[in-house]
Amino acid sequence: MLTNPQEVIICRCEDVTLAEIRQLIREGYRSLDELKRLLRCGMGPCQGRTCLPLIAQELAAHGVPIAEQRWPTFRPPTKPVKLELFAREDDPDG
Amino acid sequence: MADTASVVIIGGGIIGCSIAYNLAERGLRDVVLVERQFLAAGSTGRSGAGVRQQWGTEMNCRLARASIKIFEQLEEMLDYPRSIEFKQEGYLILAFTPAEARQFEANVRLQRSLGVPVTLMDARGAKEIVPHLVVDRVVAATFCPEDGHINPFLATDAYARAARRRGVDIRLWTEVTGILVNNGRVKGVHTNRGFIHCPVVVNAAGPYSQLVAAMAGVDIPVYSERHQILVTEPVQPMQGPMVISFHHGFYCQQTPHGSFIMGVGDPHEPKDFDVGHSWQFLEQVCARVRELLPGLLKLHLVRQWSGLYNITPDAQPILGGVPGLEGYWMAVGFSGHGFMLAPITGKIMAQLILGEQPEIDVSMLGLDRFERGELIREPSVV
Ligand SMILES: Cc1cc2nc3c(=O)[nH]c(=O)nc-3n(C[C@H](O)[C@H](O)[C@H](O)COP(=O)(O)OP(=O)(O)OC[C@H]3O[C@@H](n4cnc5c(N)ncnc54)[C@H](O)[C@@H]3O)c2cc1C
Repeated sequence: MLTNPQEVIICRCEDVTLAEIRQLIREGYRSLDELKRLLRCGMGPCQGRTCLPLIAQELAAHGVPIAEQRWPTFRPPTKPVKLELFAREDDPDG
Repeated sequence: MADTASVVIIGGGIIGCSIAYNLAERGLRDVVLVERQFLAAGSTGRSGAGVRQQWGTEMNCRLARASIKIFEQLEEMLDYPRSIEFKQEGYLILAFTPAEARQFEANVRLQRSLGVPVTLMDARGAKEIVPHLVVDRVVAATFCPEDGHINPFLATDAYARAARRRGVDIRLWTEVTGILVNNGRVKGVHTNRGFIHCPVVVNAAGPYSQLVAAMAGVDIPVYSERHQILVTEPVQPMQGPMVISFHHGFYCQQTPHGSFIMGVGDPHEPKDFDVGHSWQFLEQVCARVRELLPGLLKLHLVRQWSGLYNITPDAQPILGGVPGLEGYWMAVGFSGHGFMLAPITGKIMAQLILGEQPEIDVSMLGLDRFERGELIREPSVV
């Protein structure tokens, strides 16, 4: 089992480690929204499905109860899709 | 104990944070910044965060140039331990009609006279700079290598942390609900967490600036309008400059992280406070990608979102106070380019508030210009 926080990857999409998350919490950041914006955890293709619950627990361990945490806004698409899917043959603007 | 401040800044976007830092840096104490949500939750964190000096009015060129000079050494100036991810690989601006090309010639003359290192080129020149660009219909292009892109969250965080270290009290989740004015003087602000006594209030509320102005009885000619944007998966570096077309209202940039961000303006966007998103936007932006940068169609879309522009009749910001209302200041109406003007705006606002000579004379950006009808419209906007 990995125990070194510098080796524990919390956000697999954006390669964010537990150590980086703990560092920002120590510096005073107290919300998923702030951590996401500063570290990109949860901005990758899975939009935080795996990492946000883990980070929420980490915040809880530092005194922010889960019930008081705000979940970052979920943005479409649910799953990444190629841009060409939206490039119609007929140009919508003529 | 009464809650008092020397200045209350309303809004924790890059503009409010830059003003806060500059006031504290000049030695002002008891500065409070109030933000309804968290820092950069508004337009700043939703923006494309491109920075360019290639503007069509002298004022915008000068404000943008001064700001880029500050951005270039922001980490050092603010003693920020992280990088703000300034990718300074230029903006390539495309013209698609002869009229646009003539406008670009005039812009370049103006920009060069102000020291902006910009060059005018033909389609071939543009293709050399961005090889995967389709230039068949490009009539002319301009390029300035000093323009670029910055991470807006980190830049805002850098200002906020430097401000805090200099004593600024930043209060998150605090919403201003009213401004107390008595005999033409600001007396304080009402918030959801109580009243703050203060002789000076600064409206830096971004797309909500008209609502905050109204709380002080000030009517400003701005409206807010939704603009949508998307980000792709990260890929290997393949596009240095931001590519932008005013003709299509389209812009596209690869960030240092490797993802592409792009957006397109839609004249039919709702002019209110809606920050939803639409399927039509994806079709509109991808039509432009297919036409100009078809190689990018293979990339995966990761997220789409939107934010608000706060738009004035001449697409230039409103900076300054209001005659007859002592203690009220504003830095609003940035019309879609406030991120890149934030460093110098914060400095100038602090100088004005403290009664110092501003580094750049911005009296022509005062609210009274709309009454006088002295508008110089910025032509180069998306
Ligand atoms: C899609 C998009 C792309 C853009 N691209 C660029 C670009 O490439 N380059 C560029 O320079 N600019 C760009 N912009 C414009 C840029 O985002 C804005 O001009 C800039 O961020 C304005 O900063 P601000 O601090 O004034 O506003 P904001 O960042 O909106 O900050 C205002 C803050 O005030 C808070 N607030 C409002 N009312 C209250 C209240 N009553 N009490 C307390 N707090 C309150 C809000 O919550 C908000 O956080 C873009 C904008 C959008 C939407």
